[in-house]
Amino acid sequence: MSEYLFLVPLFPFIGFLINGLLLGRLPRSIIAFIACASVGLSFILSLFLFFGLKAMPPDLRIVEQVLFNWIIAGSFHANIGFMLDPLSAVMIMVVSGVGFLIHIYSIGYMRGDTGYGRYFAYLNLFMFSMLTLVLADNFLFMFVGWEGVGLCSYLLIGFWFEKKSASDAGKKAFITNRIGDFGFLLGMFIIFWQVGSLNFTEVMASAPQVFISGGMLITVTCLLLFFGATGKSAQIPLYVWLPDAMEGPTPVSALIHAATMVTAGVYMIVRTNVLYMMAPDALMVVAIIGAVTAFYAATIGLAQNDIKRVLAYSTISQLGYMFLACGVAAFSAGIFHLMTHAFFKALLFMCAGSVIHAMSGQQDMRYMGGLKKYLPITFLSMLMATFAISGIPGFSGFFSKDEILWKSFSSPFGNSLLWAVGFITAGITAFYMFRLIYLTFYGKERMDEKTKAHIHESPKSMTVPLIILAILSVIGGWVGLPHLFGFTNNFEHWLEPVMKNANQMIAAHRVNEAVGETGMEWGLMIATVTLVLISIYFAYLIYNKRTELATSLRERFSSVHKLILNKYYIDEFYGAIVIRPLIYFSLFLWKVIDVAVIDGFINGMASSYDDMSGTLRTIQTGRVRTYATIFLSGVVILIAYMVFG
Amino acid sequence: MISISSYIIVAAVLFGIGTLGVMISRNIIILFMSLELMLNAANLAIIAFSRELGVTDGHVFVFLVLTVAAAEAAVGLAMVITLFRNKETLNIDRFNLMKW
Amino acid sequence: MNFDTVIFIISAIVAVLGASMMIFQRNPVMAVLSFMVSLLAQAVLYIQLDALFLGAVLIIVYAGAILVLFLFVIMLLNLRTTKELGPSSSLMRSLGKYLLSFLLIMEFVFIIKSSFFKGASLVGVVNMKPDGFGTVTSVATLLFTKYLYPFELTSILILVAIVGAVVMAKKDKDTDRPLEGKYGKNE
Repeated sequence: MSEYLFLVPLFPFIGFLINGLLLGRLPRSIIAFIACASVGLSFILSLFLFFGLKAMPPDLRIVEQVLFNWIIAGSFHANIGFMLDPLSAVMIMVVSGVGFLIHIYSIGYMRGDTGYGRYFAYLNLFMFSMLTLVLADNFLFMFVGWEGVGLCSYLLIGFWFEKKSASDAGKKAFITNRIGDFGFLLGMFIIFWQVGSLNFTEVMASAPQVFISGGMLITVTCLLLFFGATGKSAQIPLYVWLPDAMEGPTPVSALIHAATMVTAGVYMIVRTNVLYMMAPDALMVVAIIGAVTAFYAATIGLAQNDIKRVLAYSTISQLGYMFLACGVAAFSAGIFHLMTHAFFKALLFMCAGSVIHAMSGQQDMRYMGGLKKYLPITFLSMLMATFAISGIPGFSGFFSKDEILWKSFSSPFGNSLLWAVGFITAGITAFYMFRLIYLTFYGKERMDEKTKAHIHESPKSMTVPLIILAILSVIGGWVGLPHLFGFTNNFEHWLEPVMKNANQMIAAHRVNEAVGETGMEWGLMIATVTLVLISIYFAYLIYNKRTELATSLRERFSSVHKLILNKYYIDEFYGAIVIRPLIYFSLFLWKVIDVAVIDGFINGMASSYDDMSGTLRTIQTGRVRTYATIFLSGVVILIAYMVFG
Repeated sequence: MISISSYIIVAAVLFGIGTLGVMISRNIIILFMSLELMLNAANLAIIAFSRELGVTDGHVFVFLVLTVAAAEAAVGLAMVITLFRNKETLNIDRFNLMKW
Repeated sequence: MNFDTVIFIISAIVAVLGASMMIFQRNPVMAVLSFMVSLLAQAVLYIQLDALFLGAVLIIVYAGAILVLFLFVIMLLNLRTTKELGPSSSLMRSLGKYLLSFLLIMEFVFIIKSSFFKGASLVGVVNMKPDGFGTVTSVATLLFTKYLYPFELTSILILVAIVGAVVMAKKDKDTDRPLEGKYGKNE
């Protein structure tokens, strides 16, 4: 089985090469077939690998394959190697599965676009990078995938590069990512410096001996790695690129900015959970930032009018939940939510794409309404996804979010304040998601006549993936049914070998098992569900029943509304604090140092040679007598030297 | 009794005067004549040495030197004429096209 | 102090004086004439050294042909005095040149006096003179036997010089400018 590992990222890479190199010559159907088939093959292979892994005894579930030695420099070794363990098996199934569905969806969505071949080539390249990231067996190779997904994100966000806002958004994404990557690199350096290797197995095995648990060095390392994760997964402070990234095509938003790339940060933290367990302060930082980001992004999502923007902020908010889970050492809960979020968020984006497609490009919700009867399949799928994200019991999102909330309350690394923030955010989440549903699908039809004439349900290639993902959004959570209901949590069980260390430390911290714990868990769950239902009722009230309330509320809280609508003016803040001084600094470097100092030095040297030669050439007077005199004086000196010397 | 060294000294003095003439004179004709003077001084020295050693080979050398000096003078004066045609001056300082 | 010494001293002084006058003369014709005087004295010195043939050749060829050629050129170019060439440089500036040639002479004297004639062999003009030394016969014999090759080459050299001189000094048919004219015109 280990011989097949490298094929999983290889198939999309071959697809990228074929589509990329033969761009213009292939007919559209062939391009689409190659792209989707390569991802489909990867998915089938990952299923195969998963079942193969399942057949092995739990303690031995690690399969490694080293393709070749990449770097051998003194004592530094880095391989092109792949590692399959329960965590990466889950990840490759999610990535290739959701990716495959989105590829099929794109066939219909991008039908009329001129950059058809380029799009699929980039998409395949992205799949290759993401699968590499997840399957890598050492930090350096993972970083290759990490950078690769950043690059593809840039390429795909700025896909319609003739539009200035799109290319600006692509640049913003890439640059913000790079700032985070700097922290990631520094963290890698410290790890290599202390441990001497970058291989995951070796690092995790020797970390407890090399680092002092709770010490300064390990905390700094984990914080640096987390900084990289904030860039990739859009947390505070480096989340600013994700809303702008909505300039890209909607399938791109679905794949990259909902299901896969943004989850790379979460994956990275779970992969290095051994290091984080040794630095409780770093864990606390992760949890706090996750919780704050979740709340913060949810509040911004309340006031947005663009349907994709609402979903973007929702993504940031849900990612905050995942980081909150990691921060309270509930790593498997984080991955669980990652999986369910991939299902329902991709579905949400794809439905939004379907709506935009039907509305001939209109994205502002204020001009939609009453689309329920025109787009039944889209409406139904979106409703399923909204139920999932709000945490309606029985749907996938309910199980994963509830587990995170419970763990943030009960884990020795969590506290009730974190739970409270998550609790309130759940309510806000339900509110803005149902606001989206009511504004888009119910109520008065607010679009103009021309658009209304064009409304049509999307073609089969777009609706079939919607249906599949809708089914997954409903049943996807059933692999992680909690103990509370009397089931064994299969998902957590599956990931146990990866979290061995973490679970031991949690068990060690748990001195006294509270007897009434089960009761507490039930109570919190019921409280959350109640809050969600109340929020849904409020959304119904304001946006469906008595829509004049929306206007009056907005006017009463107009200053707050303006603040939220403008995303708390963070972009302007960054522009003034960070970007402007940087530009001035580089102008200074250019005008003063480069032009005046360096060029001046070089030119000065050249002109000094010029002056010197100008002085020296006056020896050539052109007069014979002078030459004769000098000649003769040389003769005199020579004879004198020969005679007297 | 005059030793040979006296003749050599005379030749040396004439040579020195010839070099002085080369360095000082601004007139090309005078310069050429100083050049001939230097050649002449060398001739005198060869004759003296030849007498000292008692071989006639020195005389042959002087003969040939004389011939070459004549040829050189002829060609040189032809050049002077051409130069004068172009520049209409015989001041050697005016011929400074090789100046920087 | 015998007759030879007196002749020697007089000839030496005349030679040196003639040479000095040559370089300091204003009038180029006078310069040529003083050079001729110096040559005459040098011929006397040659004869004192038993170079009879060469002394005569000196007068005939050098004074009689080469210097006359100089005279011809001077008159062809219609030179007047050197004064019209422009102001001569002051004594101060050419002091270095005087010094230089003085140094040269002193060096030669030093060499001659110290190293060469250490034994101070007073050779004298009557010493060791083989028979027929310096006569036409002896010189010609050598010239046509031992030094035949250079002799022939020299004749070719003279031929080349003649051709070269004629070609160079020819009047250019197209741009025919009169040779006599104002000289010393400033460019």
